[in-house]
Amino acid sequence: MAQRTARAETLLWLAQRASAAVLAVCVAVHLATIIYAVQGGLTAEEILGRTRGSAWWLAFYSIFVVAVAVHAPIGLRTIVREMTPWRGASLDGATAIAAIALIAFGWRAIGGLVG
Amino acid sequence: MSEATLKVRIWRGAEVGRFEAYEVPRRTSQTVLDVVTWIQRRIDPTLSYRFACRVGMCGSCAMTVNGVPRWTCRTHVTKVARDDTVTIAPLRNLPVIKDLAVDMTAFFDKWARAGGRFVPKADAPNDFAVVAPDSQERRAADAGIECIGCAVCYSGCDVVSWNGDYLGPAALNRAWTLVNDVRDGARTQRLAAVAGDAGCHACHSQQSCREYCPKHLDPTGSIAGLKRATVRAAMKGDL
Amino acid sequence: MKAGSAAMSWRMRSHPNYLAFAIHRVSGLLLALFLPLHFWALGQAIGGEAALNSFLRWTESPLLKFAETGLVILLAAHLAGGIRLLAIEFAGWRDWQRTTVAVTAGFSLAAGLLFLLKVVSP
Repeated sequence: MAQRTARAETLLWLAQRASAAVLAVCVAVHLATIIYAVQGGLTAEEILGRTRGSAWWLAFYSIFVVAVAVHAPIGLRTIVREMTPWRGASLDGATAIAAIALIAFGWRAIGGLVG
Repeated sequence: MSEATLKVRIWRGAEVGRFEAYEVPRRTSQTVLDVVTWIQRRIDPTLSYRFACRVGMCGSCAMTVNGVPRWTCRTHVTKVARDDTVTIAPLRNLPVIKDLAVDMTAFFDKWARAGGRFVPKADAPNDFAVVAPDSQERRAADAGIECIGCAVCYSGCDVVSWNGDYLGPAALNRAWTLVNDVRDGARTQRLAAVAGDAGCHACHSQQSCREYCPKHLDPTGSIAGLKRATVRAAMKGDL
Repeated sequence: MKAGSAAMSWRMRSHPNYLAFAIHRVSGLLLALFLPLHFWALGQAIGGEAALNSFLRWTESPLLKFAETGLVILLAAHLAGGIRLLAIEFAGWRDWQRTTVAVTAGFSLAAGLLFLLKVVSP
């Protein structure tokens, strides 16, 4: 049991750091895009004009969403385990559900932006 | 001629207690340990505290001074006194036995649980081990072996406070020195012991351990090494 | 009075690496809480330009612009803190190199803030 936990925690840590590396790139691009896009005000036409039908933005945001869906729930799980009494299988389950929910809602939004 | 005095607040009691105030004459090069000893010998013989070498070698005199874990024999009053006041409390994160003395059992239990004991390889008795002193592993081990188990780092670590099972910086630092010992025969078990939800992955690099270690060791760096070693082992299927 | 609370002191936590940790944790938590709102807002695009535009108009108030600036700062801060952590954990950085990361973080933060404030004002 302790052996499984040791391996599981190690791989969770790795997933968090790997997704962090991916996010470092995605967030840099995202920040640059934001700062560029907000100049002169933000409109739906401007945003959708950039994203509609774009294979590049589809690929970029799809990867971005998956990386966030891995990174954020694992981070929240750590905070919950340290600051509250909640731990164990139920917390692990909630973490997985949060990840799936983020992917679902993220990709749904991408569908609206690119479709 | 009036003597300059130092106002001292000292924790009295156990887990529940209160600060009591004392006044101590200031002396040249006075250390916090000098202050505590003066109080116990001249004002209140019921004050309980620990010390041994009083020259910064044994680590027995570690206490919390103005909120910071330190060796009291190596802390000059002039360096820490604020408004001529010094507040002295027992080390954090360990049960208080009485006044300034804490129970170090949990600290050393975790040391053992992290695999803090050298385990020779099966063929050890056959020949002398050859250890290159300037190899990467030996330099990594040498960087951490001066630890004397004083628990200052353990006391300063918030993860130890938040996660009762967390092995802590000293135990993990020791484990790292043994992982880097080429004579070691228990690498797989060692890495398994320091992975898991109470092991190296719980460290957030707050680096209070590194900040306050009186021997200027770097447990954060050691723990980072363990993170890399455990990940490599997991990817190879050894964990 | 309990011994634990008596010994606790913010003085113990007042060193740069602890502050970096605290900023990283708080920014991560706030960003994670913001994410569902962000995905919902972007999902307004499914309803077409009109739906997205009506949401964007709602964000044009000074209070919302202030909040958005805050979010950009949180994102830049969390990114910088994350790079610092990756440097410590994987590159084994020490000493002055850690300070460099902290300085870079400060600069990127300031740059992000200044830029956004400039472009958000009409």
